[in-house]
Amino acid sequence: MKKNSLLVLVLLTVMVYALAQSQKPKQKTQDTPAASIERGRAIYQKECLSCHQADGGGVPHINPPLAGNTVLLNDKTKIIAVVLKGMTDRIPIDDEYYSNNMASHAYLTNQEIADVLTFARNSFGNKASVLTAAEVKVVRGVKKK
Amino acid sequence: MIKRLQGLMLILFLVITLNGFSNALKINFNFLINKCFNSDTGKGSIKVPEGFSATIVADNVGKARHIVISPKGIVYVKSMRKINGKGIFVLKNVGANAKLTIIDTFCNYGGTGIVIKDGYLYASSDEEVFRYKLNAKDEVINPNAPEKIVTGLIEHHQHETKSIALDNVGNIYVNVGAYANSCQEHDRTKGSPGRKPCPILDSAGGIWMFKADKLNQTYGDGIRYATGLRNVVGLDWNQQTNSLFVMQHGRDQLFQNWPQYYSENDGAEFPAECMYELHKGSNCGWPYIYFNQQLNKKMLAPEYGGDGKTEGDASFQDPVIAFPGHLAPNGLLFYTGKQFPEKYKNGAFIAFHGSWNRAPLPQAGYFVVFVPFKDGKPTGKWEVFADGFSGKEVVNSTRSADHRPCGLAQGPDGSLYVTDDSKGTVFKISYTGK
Repeated sequence: MKKNSLLVLVLLTVMVYALAQSQKPKQKTQDTPAASIERGRAIYQKECLSCHQADGGGVPHINPPLAGNTVLLNDKTKIIAVVLKGMTDRIPIDDEYYSNNMASHAYLTNQEIADVLTFARNSFGNKASVLTAAEVKVVRGVKKK
Repeated sequence: MIKRLQGLMLILFLVITLNGFSNALKINFNFLINKCFNSDTGKGSIKVPEGFSATIVADNVGKARHIVISPKGIVYVKSMRKINGKGIFVLKNVGANAKLTIIDTFCNYGGTGIVIKDGYLYASSDEEVFRYKLNAKDEVINPNAPEKIVTGLIEHHQHETKSIALDNVGNIYVNVGAYANSCQEHDRTKGSPGRKPCPILDSAGGIWMFKADKLNQTYGDGIRYATGLRNVVGLDWNQQTNSLFVMQHGRDQLFQNWPQYYSENDGAEFPAECMYELHKGSNCGWPYIYFNQQLNKKMLAPEYGGDGKTEGDASFQDPVIAFPGHLAPNGLLFYTGKQFPEKYKNGAFIAFHGSWNRAPLPQAGYFVVFVPFKDGKPTGKWEVFADGFSGKEVVNSTRSADHRPCGLAQGPDGSLYVTDDSKGTVFKISYTGK
């Protein structure tokens, strides 16, 4: 009897352990918009803030604002391309011209670009959908982790 | 039914909250107005030395860049952008108080430069320079038909403004800013090396000299008077030395693009914003060197092999005086008036637009500085002359600055005028002490 109960206990322990193990990787891949935004915040501070400013307001006539920026909010493909290739074109953004060139940030991973854009699309008064690494991958056109 | 009730309650809640907010904002707003701008007297919150007073004399003057005041007191302001199709504002004091009234607008281009010399008003777009004949009352005779003096200057949408100054023998000096940060293979890109020789310097990154009265001149007609200047916005002809003085905007992103050599603090403080006295053939060294105002040395730029410690070519010209990094000197004026105390005579006033690239440190500048001069040389350290334009204790993001000083002019009575290209405000600073 005593032996049996011990066996049951061992079996139960093994089962619980196995269950926990099987769920662990599932939890790891589960991402939330909030987590993406938080990762994006750190990337923004390192890569973007010096030009686009702490408040996302840009610099008048020099670097465009991200707050209320209609390209950032409405055109995922274009904004991904801007981050990947940089921008040197003389084109108005929301009816205003900005002087400075933006460098390419293609060295960031697809996930990092997705995170920083999701952050920018949901900060400085902005509200827009999550942008995914898969969407960045499509624009980049080549396989990159 | 319950859902509908919940909805109604939600709306009620929102209305009450928003109303409360707007009331709070209104109170705050009035408080701010009372604190910063006493609207009766027009006194601003601008801090000036004892004996001086600063007042706002005009508002909403476009994107007010440089400013000039005629001997008869007509004020001409160049707007960076056209407002209702016009790029020059004409203002005059028509009332009993010191305020200026916009009496006219003309000119079909935006720009920065505006100067009066020998009966003509000179103004620049980002590609050309024009002049307008003035009548005996200092009014523009034919506002729609200026003479085109210079045309076809490089405008590659970076450092595109063309500041101008004139000497006393019929020459006009035009800044053509470099369309790059530091002449890298890939502009503003981390780790990208500098191009050598920098190809930009053949047609930009310097000061070009043209005849002030000859039409349709372009590069071949003028001479490259000085080179190795990244971008100059503030410049003035010094009547004492009979030479051109300029304020260079130093390069950006030492830390962002070269973090292996520079700390965040280094990136905020360096390079210096420099004043140069130019002569024909001057070479101030951009993009190969930058000036470190703490070591008082010319340093090799990281794009050309520098590491923050290695000195650059010593043959490049030294600055007259150096200021902390990124403060953006947009206006320079040597004071020749009689109103201010003796100390200010022949000294330099500099309007600093205020920085955008000192993050993560707070932004800085947004003030007017004075440098005392004797016999064409600074006699002491620079001092803040007028401060408080930003309206903030700390500016973390550039656009939160209320005003950004840009242009300087001396009135016929010796008062100093300061423009702001953020709200189009014009400030007047006068000496009222004894």
